[in-house]
Amino acid sequence: MAAVMPVPAASRVLLSGNEAVARAVWEAGVKVAAAYPGTPSTEMLEVISSYPDIYSEWSVNEKVSLEVAIGAAYAGSRSFCCMKHVGMNVASDALMTLTLTGVIGGLVIAIADDVGLSSSQNEQDSRYWGRFAHVPVLEPADSQEAYEMTLYGYELSERFQVPVILRMTTRINHVKALVTVGERSTRPAAGFKKDPARWVMTPGGAGKRIPLIFARDAELRREAELSALNVIEPGSDRRVGFIASGPAYMHVKESFPDAPVLKLGFSCPLPFDKCRELGEMVDRVVVVEEVEPLVETELKAQGISVVGKEILPQQGELAPNVLRPAIARLLGENLPESRSTAAMPVFPRPPTMCVACPHLGVYYTLSQVRNLTISGDIGCYTLGAGHPWNALDTCISMGASMGIALGLDKGRGEADKDKRIVAVIGDSTFLHMGMQGLLDMVYNKGNVTVLLLDNRTVGMTGGQDNPGSGRDIHGVDAPRVDFPKLVESLGVKPERIHKVNPYELPVLFKTIRDEVKVPEVSVIITDQPCVLIEDYHKLKPYAVIEDKCTGCGNCLDVGCPAIHVTRRGKEVKASGREVDLAFVRIESSVCTGCGLCVQPCAPDAIQHHVPVSPLIQLVKGGCNA
Amino acid sequence: MNGTTNILVVGIGGQGVMTATEILAEAAIAMGHDAKKTEVAGMAQRGGVVSSHLRFGPKVLSPQITPGTADVLLGFESAEAMRWQHMLKAGGITLMNTARLVPPVVELGLFDYPDDPLAEIRKTGNKVVAFDATTIALDLGDIRLGNTVMLGAIADHLPFAADVLMDCVLKRFQKKGEKMVDLNRRAFEAGRSAVGAAAAALA
Repeated sequence: MAAVMPVPAASRVLLSGNEAVARAVWEAGVKVAAAYPGTPSTEMLEVISSYPDIYSEWSVNEKVSLEVAIGAAYAGSRSFCCMKHVGMNVASDALMTLTLTGVIGGLVIAIADDVGLSSSQNEQDSRYWGRFAHVPVLEPADSQEAYEMTLYGYELSERFQVPVILRMTTRINHVKALVTVGERSTRPAAGFKKDPARWVMTPGGAGKRIPLIFARDAELRREAELSALNVIEPGSDRRVGFIASGPAYMHVKESFPDAPVLKLGFSCPLPFDKCRELGEMVDRVVVVEEVEPLVETELKAQGISVVGKEILPQQGELAPNVLRPAIARLLGENLPESRSTAAMPVFPRPPTMCVACPHLGVYYTLSQVRNLTISGDIGCYTLGAGHPWNALDTCISMGASMGIALGLDKGRGEADKDKRIVAVIGDSTFLHMGMQGLLDMVYNKGNVTVLLLDNRTVGMTGGQDNPGSGRDIHGVDAPRVDFPKLVESLGVKPERIHKVNPYELPVLFKTIRDEVKVPEVSVIITDQPCVLIEDYHKLKPYAVIEDKCTGCGNCLDVGCPAIHVTRRGKEVKASGREVDLAFVRIESSVCTGCGLCVQPCAPDAIQHHVPVSPLIQLVKGGCNA
Repeated sequence: MNGTTNILVVGIGGQGVMTATEILAEAAIAMGHDAKKTEVAGMAQRGGVVSSHLRFGPKVLSPQITPGTADVLLGFESAEAMRWQHMLKAGGITLMNTARLVPPVVELGLFDYPDDPLAEIRKTGNKVVAFDATTIALDLGDIRLGNTVMLGAIADHLPFAADVLMDCVLKRFQKKGEKMVDLNRRAFEAGRSAVGAAAAALA
């Protein structure tokens, strides 16, 4: 996290889009900022939390974060809320009625679209929310613009009493570029004024406000037509003119420096007249937008002739290596012969769980229990779907492991009658959106074993605090949720709730095996911290005694990245079956002594091994639960 | 490309690739350049592939390096240096650490790690210089000096003096005392000389 705060006004500094927005939020005099972590949006609130003048919080989910920001804006303070694209799906219930009440204090909602799916389960275009909710959308093309548009967003929000969406993409959030920063200005909060017709949205009241949003749309469109954020840059090559926004604008300028471009910074409502004006200047107009053809579709509906997704992909980034050949084809030109850009074949290197990760024990165990259908969720533990565990069967959205598990149970056919349904969810995801699913599961008498992996942090996004960690956004002590009590209060029977150390494989194995047999809801809570947070304490590393290693490869099934193969071999069993052998070593410089690999090691070849209980034999051999 | 220099830094999550690129960006900015730095990192904290792009010059537009246009590829890991060869322009150079970091999918026998990534790169006809940053760092007494060794390695392949980059590196260690600054200066110089002789032979 960059220390933005000490940077004096008028300095030119290297900032990511996220850091630039955070700086602007501070300069805008924002009083309240709330978010739930999500790549690539997380650093905005992390940096904001370093400013003591702003109240900031990790909220339990995006909907709550938006509601906190709405409350502050109702009170007349400037507020800020940020999330990744899928977060707005969660928050949208609040957004869709917020548009009717509007705001008093400025409210900017930064939404980070993961164009190219670097770290997400889908690829969405958040510009739709502007159309859907009738609120303006600003689209920065680099860090400087992210900074400036955030400041402008507050002016716009207050002038029209409307929340403003700042639509970012990974290629804005995580790109570092030079930004000239300014000074902070503050303003007194207007104070909350009771006005039920405005703030209490009942059918009668809301109905009266709906026409207002259409009138506001028209005013905002006039604003967009006049806005300096929507500017035509006349070029010398009039064969193709481009309409582009966000990072796609930079890619267009890079690829076609002589072409006329309408740069859209204030892209919703769309300035139709400006688009027509560009059309009159050039032979044809190409709309370059990531991801969906929103601008293109609206212009075509207006009878404005443009080309878009007929020639450009509706997925991923529109970088120069995508744009150049597409436009050359449109113009019937041959691309100049370029250097071969085929990549050399190299093995894939998918993300893995960390050395000694407490999830390793869970997935190793799940991979050894047969007949399970495992409903997964969003977090580091989604990696359990990969090798060597292959122990996660579904993943769609935050908290979905609960409902999907119940549905798998209730909807099971004859073929699945002996299947045991397991749901795996992390602490933060459970608190985000999993609790309601568990409540539903208990209330509707499901037959599901829930594994609640409590590692006391939001791991995948870099270790943020949450109500399960017992610390707030500043690392200060905060009330810590008691998971066993929480799930008991949701109706899980006390005898079906188990707290287990995930490094104790025999206990974990026995608990899972026993609970999946019980035809009701069980919750098994693992209680060891993420290895990347300060709560984790390293132990003495292990090493493999070379002479003792038989090459069985059991330890590799744990999936710890500290275990490496030194040589391979083959062995013919008495049955005549040939088996592969893999002799191993442990990279002691990274081993933290968790002892997971020691437990399945048949010949006790791993030093400092813990006493082996007979249950380990069960773990090694697998078992029909 | 309009005076834009393209530097690609590659490795795996946790190796310090992104920090190294940021220091390179600081050096370019100190020289008065515009600069943009961007990553294709995925869930990089989990040992996945990281490729960090730095573009600098009078005015940088797109932050991404287009395949076939990188001037220098700085590889923190052998197979990763190989993976990104297609990003280099004709006449571009690879400066690579010989470290081999083998991922679990290879240990499980699902994929093979190339026997000799350096030889594979040479086969393409691209210029490449390999050095063992880890051993150089250990010889200086601390494996964590590896990243400074890597930055020293690229110092003579930038369109500005090596001292500019070294100052940016050492600035990061000022708070840690003169001893650390001195150690990093030695690591930087060691990286420089490890590449220097071999690169001169290629030219």
